[in-house]
Amino acid sequence: MNTASILLRITPIPFLSIVIWGLLLLAAMYLARKPFHRSIEALARLVHNAMRLAAASVVLAEKRLETRNREVLLKAGLDHTERNLEREFDRISQAVNRDLEHYPKLQRNIQETLINLEEDYRSSGEIPQKLPDWVKVIEAIAKIKPNGDHMVATMLEEIHQTLAEQHKTALDRHRKDVSQRHAILSRMLPVWRSLQKTLERLEKSISSLNLRAKRIDQYMDEYQETRKQTDTAYRTLSSSSLTQFFISGLVLLVAVGGAVINFNLIALPMSEMVGGASYIGPYKTSDVAGLVIICLEICTGLFLMESLRITRLFPIIGSMDDRMRKTFFWIALGLLTILAGVESALAFMRDRIAADMEALRQTLAGVSPGSMANSIIPTVGQMVMGFILPFILTFVAIPLESFVAASRTVLGVVAAWLLRTLAFCLRLAGNLGFYLGRFIVNLYDLLIFPPLWLEGAVVRAIERSNEKKREGGQPGEIEKGQGYAPSESGKEVTE
Amino acid sequence: MIGDNKKPFGWLLLFILFWCLFACSDSKSHTKGVYLLLDTSGTYSLELKKAQALINYLLGTLQPGDTLAVGRIDTGSFSEKDIVAKVTFDDRPSVANSQKRVFMQKINKFIGTANRSRYTDISGGVLQAIEYLNEVGPGSKYILIFSDLQEELAEGYVRDVPFQLAGFHVIALNVTKLRNDIRDPKNYLRRVEKWRLKTEKGGGTWRVINDLERLDAIFQ
Repeated sequence: MNTASILLRITPIPFLSIVIWGLLLLAAMYLARKPFHRSIEALARLVHNAMRLAAASVVLAEKRLETRNREVLLKAGLDHTERNLEREFDRISQAVNRDLEHYPKLQRNIQETLINLEEDYRSSGEIPQKLPDWVKVIEAIAKIKPNGDHMVATMLEEIHQTLAEQHKTALDRHRKDVSQRHAILSRMLPVWRSLQKTLERLEKSISSLNLRAKRIDQYMDEYQETRKQTDTAYRTLSSSSLTQFFISGLVLLVAVGGAVINFNLIALPMSEMVGGASYIGPYKTSDVAGLVIICLEICTGLFLMESLRITRLFPIIGSMDDRMRKTFFWIALGLLTILAGVESALAFMRDRIAADMEALRQTLAGVSPGSMANSIIPTVGQMVMGFILPFILTFVAIPLESFVAASRTVLGVVAAWLLRTLAFCLRLAGNLGFYLGRFIVNLYDLLIFPPLWLEGAVVRAIERSNEKKREGGQPGEIEKGQGYAPSESGKEVTE
Repeated sequence: MIGDNKKPFGWLLLFILFWCLFACSDSKSHTKGVYLLLDTSGTYSLELKKAQALINYLLGTLQPGDTLAVGRIDTGSFSEKDIVAKVTFDDRPSVANSQKRVFMQKINKFIGTANRSRYTDISGGVLQAIEYLNEVGPGSKYILIFSDLQEELAEGYVRDVPFQLAGFHVIALNVTKLRNDIRDPKNYLRRVEKWRLKTEKGGGTWRVINDLERLDAIFQ
């Protein structure tokens, strides 16, 4: 006999037993109403307050993280702008060294050329030929009108001849002078052109410097904006960082593809070197060895890029003195070349092993091995790929640096977002707890509505009777207010 | 000694590095050991051509470091003389390929010259396979029985030795139906069941692959 049947047997009629138990339960619930309300309200308040406290703490953490993100981003922005400025100054310095180092000499040349030109110009100036003084006399004589005298005619004839000769001589001399001036002008032309070219070169250098100066101005503006830690700078850097994250991530994915191809090129021949039956953990030793070689190539590539100061993942390499850095660069390049050579040889070996395996497979399948395509193009292709891929993987350093730098910001942003979401969830949970408590209290009251209704009816009846009593006692009070002798107690008055 | 005293942490780090490296290397063997038993008795000897294709498949599938042995089932199979060919492939793929070629030639020669035996001592062959594979010690052990599983022992041969097949996978291949089986399939089922019980009692796993087109199921 179970408990339910025992409970139903308190009266001969089960329905009556249920009713009695229901009434008893209602009575118990009615009696326990206030403590229950207090407990649920306390619990709801506890949950609400705890969640609010936790949410406030999370919001605080999120704000701290936000501040840290901002600092990191602005610091990165400052570093970036400083690098850009440094690079521009380097370029300007190089341009000045290259183009304007010989400026004093150039200036002297220009001055000399200008002096020469001036002299030439002067000497090429047209100076009108002076006629001899006696020409005027002869001219006056020549104006004498012929009067038929033979002597005069002869004299005039001679004067004419003399004048003609003089004219011819003057003309010849003029031509000679003109040709001399032309010669001088012709000499001036290459000098002039050379001067023009020099000036053009100078102008180009100056305009290039102007351009760089403008760029420096722009970077300086950016730098000042970043230093002021303005919201605009923060937004710009944040957006730039996100873009960098996705672009560098994409490039890294492509690089991973290249590394996988590289791995496939060398994994099989590595089994010829380190054996194909040994394992490190669940992985074949030959596969691990192939992977290690690729990792070594990437590391060497990173060091190469560092020594060229293209990336700054290892500040210690960048801060080496130039001689040491150059030595480091040549060592890294040498190692990379050796690794590329090894990989090329492995690619060749792979081709041989693959061909041998294919031949064996065909023999086992009963096909003549002679039917295989015999070409050296795949072999050469694999060898070239084996040699080039390590050098290509070297450039992974650039997107890797960007990715690492951008990841800090992106991870910070994601963490801040997660904290914000967590704070929201905590607040929501707190409010839900609070209102759930109220809901439970109301539900409880709903379940025990009969005794509550009864209680309300009784209370209302008592209040009504009290009101009636008060209404019955009111005239006494008025009388009291109208100057009736105050009694010692209200009792007497009401009575 | 001075250098040692100066950089004890360096040596310690080096030691830890080497220790990690050796600790990482897997002591568990990943190699496979396959022992193929070929039934050369009675009419089943006609099926040997199919066995050649099976061996070629195994040669193409097994990797450097794996072991392959082929033994014949005849009147008294519990003997080293019944091992037709055996090889543990070298770690280097090129050498392993050469070994596979030599192995294939040996098998071709055997199939061309194999004689029919009067009796079928499958249990002796299995015992020989267990002994050989335990000696080689591969990571996973496979005994392939290319037979109709009809054991017929010659007089005086005792084969009531229980198999110790813990860690072994026993696979019956191309279990052909005999004339009696066609008349009463219960005979065939009883025969297969007997070998399954024997194998599983010894701690091994039992499978039957009759379709030689899906040999890839052997190592699954």
